[in-house]
Amino acid sequence: MNHSPPNPTALLECRGLSFSRNEERIFGPLDFSLGEGEALQVLGGNGTGKTTLLRVLAGLLAADSGEVRFEQRVVDQGHLARGCAFLGHLQGHKGELSALENLRFTAVMQSSQIPPERALADVGLAGFEDNLARRLSAGQNKRLGLARLILSPARLWLLDEPYANLDLDGIALVNKLITGHVARNGAVLLTTHGAYAAPPVRVRTLELVA
Amino acid sequence: MTVSVNRLVLWFNKTGSPPNFDRFAARWTPWAFATAIIFMAAGIYGAIYSVPADYAQGENFRILYIHVPAAWMSLFIFVVMAIQAFIALVWRIKACEILAMSCAPVGAAFTLITLVTGSIWGKPTWGTWWTWDPRLTSELVLLFLYIGVIGLHNAIEDRRAAARAACFLALIGLINVPIVHFAVQWWNTLHQGSTIRLIGPSTMDPSMMWPLLATVIGTKFWFIGSLLQRARAMNLEQESGKDWVRKISESSANEA
Amino acid sequence: MTLTPTLFASARAQLRRDLRLVWRRRGDAMQPMLFAVMVIALFPLALGAESRMLARIAPGVLWVAVLLAGLLTLDSLFRSDLEDGSLEQLLLSPVPLAWLIATRVAVHWMVTSLPLLLLTPLFAELLHLPGQLMTPLLYSLALGTPLLSLIGAVVAALTVGIRRSGMLLSVLALPLFLPVLVFGSGAVVAASQGLPWSGAIYLLAAGLALAVVLAPLAAATALRITLT
Repeated sequence: MNHSPPNPTALLECRGLSFSRNEERIFGPLDFSLGEGEALQVLGGNGTGKTTLLRVLAGLLAADSGEVRFEQRVVDQGHLARGCAFLGHLQGHKGELSALENLRFTAVMQSSQIPPERALADVGLAGFEDNLARRLSAGQNKRLGLARLILSPARLWLLDEPYANLDLDGIALVNKLITGHVARNGAVLLTTHGAYAAPPVRVRTLELVA
Repeated sequence: MTVSVNRLVLWFNKTGSPPNFDRFAARWTPWAFATAIIFMAAGIYGAIYSVPADYAQGENFRILYIHVPAAWMSLFIFVVMAIQAFIALVWRIKACEILAMSCAPVGAAFTLITLVTGSIWGKPTWGTWWTWDPRLTSELVLLFLYIGVIGLHNAIEDRRAAARAACFLALIGLINVPIVHFAVQWWNTLHQGSTIRLIGPSTMDPSMMWPLLATVIGTKFWFIGSLLQRARAMNLEQESGKDWVRKISESSANEA
Repeated sequence: MTLTPTLFASARAQLRRDLRLVWRRRGDAMQPMLFAVMVIALFPLALGAESRMLARIAPGVLWVAVLLAGLLTLDSLFRSDLEDGSLEQLLLSPVPLAWLIATRVAVHWMVTSLPLLLLTPLFAELLHLPGQLMTPLLYSLALGTPLLSLIGAVVAALTVGIRRSGMLLSVLALPLFLPVLVFGSGAVVAASQGLPWSGAIYLLAAGLALAVVLAPLAAATALRITLT
């Protein structure tokens, strides 16, 4: 186990992080850190605990042991929530509301400076403002989720399989967003299962094995 | 003083670890049950043979020697369960989660005994098997609360989340118990039909007291025995993948 | 670092969102009302339409009907948000979860119980409730139904993660609802017997005041417990 002193520029730092469910070890112990302007790709096959790791980092699950530091402070759920944007497997918005209505809600909740209409245009959904989200395809819903990401002022992005459900254009969009965020000194942690190429930024890899 | 408190905390931590808890429970369960049986037998013998018939209620009051301790235990166990639940939630101690969850079925059983014995006592006195008397009604609600805790614990797949959720419910239930008691008392004054009161043996002659003392102590030890037995079983089940459990099952297979 | 929106702004956004969602499924929103009417209709059908008997059981039947209608809609409080991932996003939001839950419960009450409250005079007519009992009945329902929604929210939060939970939520919630029912319906019964009934109303009010503060916090804790 790594006992190095805390990295002063690290946005996210994990020491000895592990998680079990029903007495079965899902992952860990893990040590890694992520600084500003960095991207970390978590690789692993199905069932290696990638999604669980991301949910632990987002504060949705509590780790068994180990420590998560966000901006050098040991994290409580509130602090982490304010600093990260999470894109998970589920769509994260209401099917009964239109694309724009969903984004307007997010914009208020995140105190976003960016107008929702522009975020919608940036993900290629201009013209779909008034479409109910449940009428959108899976790929379009994913793009709507990416629009939520654009609206969030958070510096740390936690993306669980961001390329899933997307066509080539969509994959290019994700890469563009990641590149832009990293260039603005944000940090990105994403999980993929290796079938997709890494995003075109300098990216480190953390591999989970079952 | 601080040395003994530290030693107590250390003992608690050590016993809380799953293999040690298993040994502790395995060792003390038979003793608890044995003590319980001795006291219960003494109490029941006394209740049936040694104590003269009550002038007002005839032989009927003898069942109160079981009903009263059972009623006290049904409440006492809920409080114990809630305390364990609180510790389990705040400090996330798995042993306390298991103990709290093991309390629930035992408490439910005592509540059921209270209701049945209360009903048996009531039949000759009131003429019906059930009456919505405030004490019995409160006990019935207590039974529902116990069943709720057990039901919630069984319904969630993740065992630890299930225990934590049920512990939280137990705490809410504890707050509810006095409120329900108070509400039912008030309700009883309102609906004049059921002015029958369950008269406890509060004005009992001291010579009639000792079987009650025996059954009270007996039920306490029965609770301890049941609790340790159930907690041990739950502990083994949850740790079933681990090495120490396999060693125990292998050694007992070798003995057989 | 994300700025936190003001509590007012977030409550308003949440309110609009939830009301808009209800409006989009306004057919579903009618169901509690229809259910309550049908429950009330069951009693004369089962027991006979003798006017004096109906008048005697009216307070209790009305209370039970409103309680059950509210109970059956509790499951939907968090479930759809759980299924589409919105609940996760709420958990990660910078706004305190308890505040968002309080807003959600307010919408639930507005949609489920407020229409029933407004229809109470109609229901009272169906059961021949004596006129002088309307006031205590309305007071007790006005204070009791939000209290039931708040308590129900905590139980809904505990059971949200369970698939096929069936009647578990109802079984867990009913013992917790009992005191509210006893004091609410009891106030009207006391009034019908000429006994003082304001004490029970004050108790309901006090309970509501406590629940408004504590129940959202308890529900937020329960959500975190069951979802982790």
